[in-house]
Amino acid sequence: MQFYSLPNLIRRGLRGHRDWTPAWRKAEPKPSYDVVIVGAGGHGLATAYYLAKLHGVTNVAVLERGWLGGGNIGRNTAIVRSNYLWDASAHIYEFSLKLWEGLSQELNYNVMFSQRGLLNIGHSEQEMRDLARRVGANQLNGIDAELLSTHEVSKLVPILNTSPHTRYPVLGGTLQRRGGVARHDAVAWGYARAADALGVDIVENCEVTGIRTANGRVTSLETTRGEIRAGAVGLVVAGNASVLASMAGIRLPIQSHPLQALVTEPLKPVFDPVVMSSAVHVYIHQTDRGELVLGAGIDAPVSYDLNGNFRIIEHVLAAVCELFPIFSRVRMLRQWAGTVDVCPDASPIISGTPIKGLFMNCGWGTGGFKATPGSGWVFAHTLAHQEPHPLNEPFSLDRFTTGALIDEHGAAAVAH
Amino acid sequence: MSQPFRLTQGGRIHRDEPLQFTFDGRPIDAFRGDTVASALLANGVTLVGRSFKYHRPRGIVSAGAEDPNAFVQLGRGARTLPNRLATVTPATPGLEVRHVNAWPSLDFDLMSAFGLAAPFIPAGFYYKTLMWPRRFWPLYEHFLRHAAGLGHAPDAPDPDRYDHVHAHCDVLVVGAGAAGLAAARAAAQTGARVIVADEQAKFGGGLLSTSERVDGLPAPQWADAATAQLSSASDVTLLPNTTAFGLYESNLVLLAERLHTDQPDNAGAESGARVWRVLPRQIVLATGAHERPLLFANNDRPGVMLAGAISTYVNRYAVVTGSRAVLFTNNDSAYRTALDLVEAEVPVAAIADVRVDPDGILPAQTRAQGIPIHTGAVVVQAHGRGRLAAAELCSLDGAPLGTVECDLLGVSGGFAPALHLHAQAGAPMTWNPQIAAFAPQPSHDIHPAGAVTGQLDLASALRQGTAAGAAAAAAAGCSNGHTPAAPQAAETPTSDLKPYWLPPGDLARTKPQFVDVHEDVTLDDLRLSLREGFESIEHVKRYTTLGMGPDQGKLANPLATGVIAELLGRDPASVGTPRHRPAYSPVSLGAIAGRHIGELADPVRVTPMQDWHESAGTRFENVGQWRRAWYYPHPGESMHEAVARECLAVRHRVGILDYSTLGKIEVTGPDAGEFLDRVYTNAWKRLRPGRCRYGLMLGKDGMIFDDGVTARLDHQRYLMFTSTANAAPVLAWLEQWLQTEWTDLRVYLTSVSEHWSNIALAGPRSREVLAAAGTDIPLAREDFPFMTFREGTVAGVPARVFRISFSGELSYEINVPADRARHVWEALFDAGRSFGITPYGTETMHVLRAEKGFIIVGQETDGSVTPEDVGLGRLLSRRKDFLGKRSLSRPDSVRPDRKQLVGLLTDDPAQVLPEGGHVVDAPGRRRPLPMRGHVTSSYFSPVLGRSIALAMVAGGRAALGERLYVATLDDDRWLPARSCHPVFYDPQGARQHV
Amino acid sequence: MLLIPCPWCGPREDDEFTFGGEADIPRPADPDALTDEQWADYLFMRDNRRGRHREQWCHTAGCRRWFIVERDTVTNEILGASTYGNSS
Repeated sequence: MQFYSLPNLIRRGLRGHRDWTPAWRKAEPKPSYDVVIVGAGGHGLATAYYLAKLHGVTNVAVLERGWLGGGNIGRNTAIVRSNYLWDASAHIYEFSLKLWEGLSQELNYNVMFSQRGLLNIGHSEQEMRDLARRVGANQLNGIDAELLSTHEVSKLVPILNTSPHTRYPVLGGTLQRRGGVARHDAVAWGYARAADALGVDIVENCEVTGIRTANGRVTSLETTRGEIRAGAVGLVVAGNASVLASMAGIRLPIQSHPLQALVTEPLKPVFDPVVMSSAVHVYIHQTDRGELVLGAGIDAPVSYDLNGNFRIIEHVLAAVCELFPIFSRVRMLRQWAGTVDVCPDASPIISGTPIKGLFMNCGWGTGGFKATPGSGWVFAHTLAHQEPHPLNEPFSLDRFTTGALIDEHGAAAVAH
Repeated sequence: MSQPFRLTQGGRIHRDEPLQFTFDGRPIDAFRGDTVASALLANGVTLVGRSFKYHRPRGIVSAGAEDPNAFVQLGRGARTLPNRLATVTPATPGLEVRHVNAWPSLDFDLMSAFGLAAPFIPAGFYYKTLMWPRRFWPLYEHFLRHAAGLGHAPDAPDPDRYDHVHAHCDVLVVGAGAAGLAAARAAAQTGARVIVADEQAKFGGGLLSTSERVDGLPAPQWADAATAQLSSASDVTLLPNTTAFGLYESNLVLLAERLHTDQPDNAGAESGARVWRVLPRQIVLATGAHERPLLFANNDRPGVMLAGAISTYVNRYAVVTGSRAVLFTNNDSAYRTALDLVEAEVPVAAIADVRVDPDGILPAQTRAQGIPIHTGAVVVQAHGRGRLAAAELCSLDGAPLGTVECDLLGVSGGFAPALHLHAQAGAPMTWNPQIAAFAPQPSHDIHPAGAVTGQLDLASALRQGTAAGAAAAAAAGCSNGHTPAAPQAAETPTSDLKPYWLPPGDLARTKPQFVDVHEDVTLDDLRLSLREGFESIEHVKRYTTLGMGPDQGKLANPLATGVIAELLGRDPASVGTPRHRPAYSPVSLGAIAGRHIGELADPVRVTPMQDWHESAGTRFENVGQWRRAWYYPHPGESMHEAVARECLAVRHRVGILDYSTLGKIEVTGPDAGEFLDRVYTNAWKRLRPGRCRYGLMLGKDGMIFDDGVTARLDHQRYLMFTSTANAAPVLAWLEQWLQTEWTDLRVYLTSVSEHWSNIALAGPRSREVLAAAGTDIPLAREDFPFMTFREGTVAGVPARVFRISFSGELSYEINVPADRARHVWEALFDAGRSFGITPYGTETMHVLRAEKGFIIVGQETDGSVTPEDVGLGRLLSRRKDFLGKRSLSRPDSVRPDRKQLVGLLTDDPAQVLPEGGHVVDAPGRRRPLPMRGHVTSSYFSPVLGRSIALAMVAGGRAALGERLYVATLDDDRWLPARSCHPVFYDPQGARQHV
Repeated sequence: MLLIPCPWCGPREDDEFTFGGEADIPRPADPDALTDEQWADYLFMRDNRRGRHREQWCHTAGCRRWFIVERDTVTNEILGASTYGNSS
């Protein structure tokens, strides 16, 4: 792997950058692997990287139907935080956040993780109670969190409309200073490059069309590039989780929905932190390029369509114009959607299945990006040891049978 | 005259209406009909901006929405418009135009130092560096952030407002050029309802800037006549200044219409815009094509323009954009520009044509003008700093052909169909080798016509437009049997285009050749991207930022497809193009939001007593959409004091509460009792008419969904109260069960929440107040006991009175028709004066119910709480099934260490625990510190003279009396408390029975 | 945007409707007879199909009737609509 650094950049720059080599090989699939991961998104690639790095499992393939990073890792709004309410969530997201804090160095790839702070604002007495509850839980879980007054919110983001005369005045907020954003595509590319360097085969344009089992154990995958035998299989395919699982006869508690986002034209910097309001379903931040990035709530119907319903955009932008009146004359440049896999309790499934050797990592819904490093870490552990890491034990498929849900809808402030 | 580049005659400008605006403070003379760009060019202003990354000087490239450079800031203050294109902004008197992205000035931009570092900051350089030392990233980022961005956001709220229009039509024609106008005419003559939208102020598109003729008339005149004819037709709506920016499933087309674009108020192009949501049956896509730039070194120098734009400025605006021109082309169209320039007396020093033997009519005519034409030749480099000074030519095999002095270089790499709308909807497109670009495939309801199909000549556009308009109308069910004749134009035989993507050999490798001028993405950046394995077009886009600027890569993407294909040695069709996303041209957030802001953001729901509350100085709180009376402070009273006074008034005398916001559903029919049995956890069929019962409703997962009292009004009629917030969800839930599962039940649901207002009288004197207000209902305890209901009149108004209590006191909830509620409220209040009646709000209501240990759904519960958890297991019927029942026996539902409702009493009675505060066994600094639960409700109880709290604590019920600590947000402060039974006041419930 | 063909009111924009999830998941007649796994399957497990999907919609801002729509979840093409047999 070519080392990325300023001296190297200058040295190669003097030679016209002609001697850079591919960030990852375009691998041909081998007939057999110890572990096959389906889905070269953030979570899948991170899983492959940690399998090789931490567990010495390098005979690994990552299969991707299209181009690497073309799913939700390339479509999300890039927000990273760990201020979740329930212990199980808080622990895994905080573990992930700690990994984020050293990820650029770990991967030798600048993922531009920017801890510019994440502000949740509250608009009603009940919402403020919920926010206080969450801040308290975060603090006792060792996660940085602050409860802010309206005045403090206003000082942090002066362009936010904190007038008491709006329809839903800002009554206060919470701040996680270590939260922020990262360059989403770079996360996929950084993990791909690092995994490839450790020997992992990344196979693009290779669609899985069937899952073969024998005696209750997974044996191989049928793909558009031939059959591939596998000791263990990890399905990490987000919106398509149900489709893949059904190939093995497994039903999942997941529904797939479009989740829309949009970006505006670039502006000179106007605010720093990420601002989220769950009451009006908005999250917004300004990228280093100067664009405003906005996310919305999911489209209600189950759908794999990648356009989304424009009504949702209208509602989000109305809320944005309410909260940020100076953005009314700023223009939407581009709008898109991803397919998110939503569990009934808005928490993921990182788990074995009734089929031996077949593991799922899915159900991240609207919030998977931030979990990428942690999710990969614990899923690698799960695949390597054929049993869960303590951090993902609560996120079993079994919880839907026992009823031990981790209901992050409860505090809606963490729905995204 | 101060417009040295304005021709003395011609053009479609209004020379009798001169006007002046400013660019960076400098006055610019213009005429009505000019764009900001045409006026700047007329005044010899060639430098309009600096590029995004390297801050290179940039000029106007095009005459339309595809321009990658002409981004300017319009106006100032609240009305400023950042990042508007000078090429589509009408020049208006007094308009303030400023540059973006240069400091301190456009001419002297210190940030152009980035250009010096260009060899070391190629595409994606930031992924490879700025990682050390780790703690410096915020500093690096601060610098990157402030260097990036273009214009400035306004500094005050938007004073303008925006509307939405919902429209249906048979045929929507997008684009009013030759094809669009012909299509609209053909469709309109069938009687179809037609909407025609065009992004420009004047209909005509390319007709307005060509010297060709249609049906014997000069093209612009024909366009005017066709437009006039359409505007007089019934059922035809013409929308100039309107950009179709999105095409969605079900053929939803979104249009952004700019209004008042000619107003001299500095408002600029988009104030008062309207967004149209059009649902056409059929769509004619006549969106034209964008001319494709060509690669050569320094191809971004001001003075390098699209050849077609040069013609547009000459013919439409009477502006010459240089004094000595060179043209570089791979097709015939640039020859028309050459002829236009000759006509405008601008010398054309040379034409470099990639093709070896161009044999069309236009090259022949040009040759006849004596213009030197180099065939098999290309421009390899533009010379000049700050502005073009010369073009360096060579042959296709690399032999130098000399350097030609010029200040204008027109380029034409062919035309790429503007198929953005078509592609947004995911409709198929195919690679057309004839034009070396993607073209849309027609579908059953989208009819492409004109240049968007790849046919570039006027005669074809008119023919295709006519056919498309007729076909669309027929497909929409409108046809009068005959297809109109297409308007006629001279056929112009053209010679084929020769695709040209990469300069021959290794020419001019040291100078940048820009593929995406806006984003400063060079040919070397694309090479680097491919070299590093970023080969998919989407990878190239994301790695290099190709096409990600505010121009959305309209010029860059069609060029990049060919360049990448050639670099990879692949078929361009397999390379593809980045996914087209809405919006075609950017649309302001305010226009998309429309009127759903300010007072109309979300309706405010109020009760009939709202005016009374306001005149009483009430403080309100938002509860969902409702604005509810929170507390009623006397002058000088704090919230705490007011609430304490209200609480004691209810406990000792009588209070009055506006409880109209509760949901009310009438459940009627022979099977109403059976239905309630299924949806509530407890039994209902045996409830006697006239009696009330508290019920719990669970989700299928067994978790508490809603609670409330239901009364049996008569044998087949119940009135169900829901919580305020759940009024609509409960109705929807019940309807769904009845309509989709229990279709055999004869039950009918009616929401009567808005019809009946609810006034609660609570407190030991409430019976006397009700009597004093006048009622025909016997009020004696035996006649009207607790948990019953009576019908009668109150203060002369028909009323349903329920003896139920959310405060634990003697209480009457009086339901009266909403239009009489204010009268009854005042009558009760007047009658209560002598008893010391006190209005109380939601805060006091919450304190009173907490003293009694009554839960509030959504406060004590959060979607993960079962009836057992809150001590309501007695309401779970064992003898019948009910929704959610099965879930209560799952392993997790019967865990003994589930969180359970308990009371908390602080050691310090004055200490009110923080709501949301977490409960632990012992304080500590260890993190994570295990949490037992959290405080759900916490108040100072005036009647008890101490604080009380409700909490959900794991295993709490079995350990009542245990020592617990509540965390505060201050690490060192822990509040000791003991758990207790959650009913703090009148645990026997005697007071409500009196 | 979807144009939902309400069997009673005709095609209307989808913002008049509420989506009610997958159709044909009847509540078991005797929940107590089910194992926890079977109950979980009823509660939570969904086909979530790519392609033809039968689903429930309610014309909330119209006639408030629930009905079944068949839709392709990839293209969002509506393939048909039907009423619940006995609902009047």
